[in-house]
Amino acid sequence: MIPLIEFRDLYKLYPMGDTVVHAVDGISMTIYEGEFVAIVGQSGSGKSTCMNIIGCLDVPTHGSYFLGGKDVSKMNDNRLAEIRNKMIGFIFQQYNLLAKLNVVENVEVPMLYAGVSKSERRKRALEVLSRVGLSDKIKNLPKQLSGGQQQRVSIARAMAGKPKLLLCDEPTGALDSRTGKEVLELLQEIHKEGNTVVLITHDNAIASKAQRIIRLEDGKIVYDGPAKGAPKQVSVEDGGEA
Amino acid sequence: MSLRQSFLMAIKNIMSSKVRSLLTMLGIIIGVAAVIVIVGLGNGMETYMTDSFKSMGTNLLTVTVLGRGSSRSVSVEDMYQLLDDNPEYLDALSPTVTYNGTVKIGSESLSSSVTGVSEDYLYMKAYEIDRGRDLSYIDMENRSKVCVVGSYISKEFFNGNPVGKEIKIGGNTFTVIGAMAEELESEEGSTDDCVYIPYTTAARLSNTGKISSYTFAVVSEETISESKAIIEEKLEKIFGSDSAFLVISLSEILDVMSQMIDIMVTVLAGIAAISLVVGGIGIMNIMLVSVTERTREIGIRKALGAKQRNIMSQFVIEAATTSALGGVIGIGMGYMFSEIATRVISVALEVEMKVIPTVGSVMLAFGISVGIGILFGYLPAKKAARLNPIDALRYE
Repeated sequence: MIPLIEFRDLYKLYPMGDTVVHAVDGISMTIYEGEFVAIVGQSGSGKSTCMNIIGCLDVPTHGSYFLGGKDVSKMNDNRLAEIRNKMIGFIFQQYNLLAKLNVVENVEVPMLYAGVSKSERRKRALEVLSRVGLSDKIKNLPKQLSGGQQQRVSIARAMAGKPKLLLCDEPTGALDSRTGKEVLELLQEIHKEGNTVVLITHDNAIASKAQRIIRLEDGKIVYDGPAKGAPKQVSVEDGGEA
Repeated sequence: MSLRQSFLMAIKNIMSSKVRSLLTMLGIIIGVAAVIVIVGLGNGMETYMTDSFKSMGTNLLTVTVLGRGSSRSVSVEDMYQLLDDNPEYLDALSPTVTYNGTVKIGSESLSSSVTGVSEDYLYMKAYEIDRGRDLSYIDMENRSKVCVVGSYISKEFFNGNPVGKEIKIGGNTFTVIGAMAEELESEEGSTDDCVYIPYTTAARLSNTGKISSYTFAVVSEETISESKAIIEEKLEKIFGSDSAFLVISLSEILDVMSQMIDIMVTVLAGIAAISLVVGGIGIMNIMLVSVTERTREIGIRKALGAKQRNIMSQFVIEAATTSALGGVIGIGMGYMFSEIATRVISVALEVEMKVIPTVGSVMLAFGISVGIGILFGYLPAKKAARLNPIDALRYE
């Protein structure tokens, strides 16, 4: 079985003054379809860089990244855009909805760039919106919704293009604990429906909702295994990383 | 993503900040309106001039004899001989003598123009006789004190029935034998404010007694240059010099003046078009600001799969749509100002000149405004398309 995500000895280096920062320092890992993985780490652990590379928003300095069997580590901007569009559904901490578009239009955006026809776009958008329980809000603007509702719109948007992977960057970071829990439960349900979910967080409590945890420290993997039985490490609140 | 969607998106964005969009368009609006009004003005000027020249007769050649000493002169007979010798070119002839006598009807003095002409003159000018009769050859022979009056005099002083009445010209009593049909609007000082008398009578009454001006009608306007050459050749033979006379054709003057108006309009429209360029720079400026403001939106769109060309076309189309919308408003304003200018000219100058925007100028102005939008939208669009999605997403 071909892994959905495969990092092979992957490095991401940033020059900073005279030194070179190893944001990702030789990581190898594989994630298969249908998994629910949390990538955990504190600020500066390299998890955001990891998420950018997984999300094809950035390319590694060395090493290879295979997404669905394809080496995407050397692709140019436009090819990456195509891969993002087809393979990945993004769920951001700040929701990142387009303020001028209403809910259903927001959900349609990825399909717009995929070249899906207007009627098909609308049909699929309404389907996923009903899946996240927002059928009654389709004409609202994002600012007319609560944070939890906005995050559910962004989940709907991520799912609308039927991507292989849902990539969530601190999806509950901007929500209160109750709505955060609801959003996590929704993600768990979506995973149970057969979707692959990769969740980036600094919060061990949230990470523990996943099946598998990959813990990063200083750009290296320090733990990769089931969420149950993962070493209980005292989470240090950093709050500095978005 | 189709062009139509990009276009709808652009309209949405323009509408979401109306004041800013309007201010952005202002340069284009002013430029387009100015170009349209200026071209319309030139067009109106040309039409007005052509019309008034036509009413004077573009089939006419005016010969002015300046003379050369006293030894050599040209007689009326010489000129009629010229007419008879060239029937394929020349159709009719009338000596013209401007008589500077005051016209008096009863106790009222008029400033009407008095011209001594032959029996063919009104025919040459295509003036119609409304009542009574035209001047005749007998009137020339007899140096009769008869006259044909224009419709202004006829209507204003004789209730439209002047035939048989008497008027005084320079102290001499003339009998009105005919009244002309209305040419323009029977206003004072217009073509309708005129008196025609036999040229023989006019020559005798005027102090010099010399006839120094002739008007020829040509057979065809197409051969007007040849006709002119024939007259010039003959006169040069008589005078032995080409500086003793002038042969002027109205159609030639019209051509030259039309050309001058064209040049003037082109120059003025060019100056107005500078405003279009300034407007384009304004659009570029606002688009650059807009790209910065919408960095996050661009980041989101790129993350969701927008390619460089998607972002590029979004911004170029937005710039072009802004500019085109400005162009459309400018066209509307251009038509409005043309209408206003027409009224102002008719009130202020008492000239019935219509400022008519040409379809060509409207299309050109619109085309240029769209082109400017694309041209000046390109740079900001390129900047937007090249944004790094990670940086753009982090942008606050």
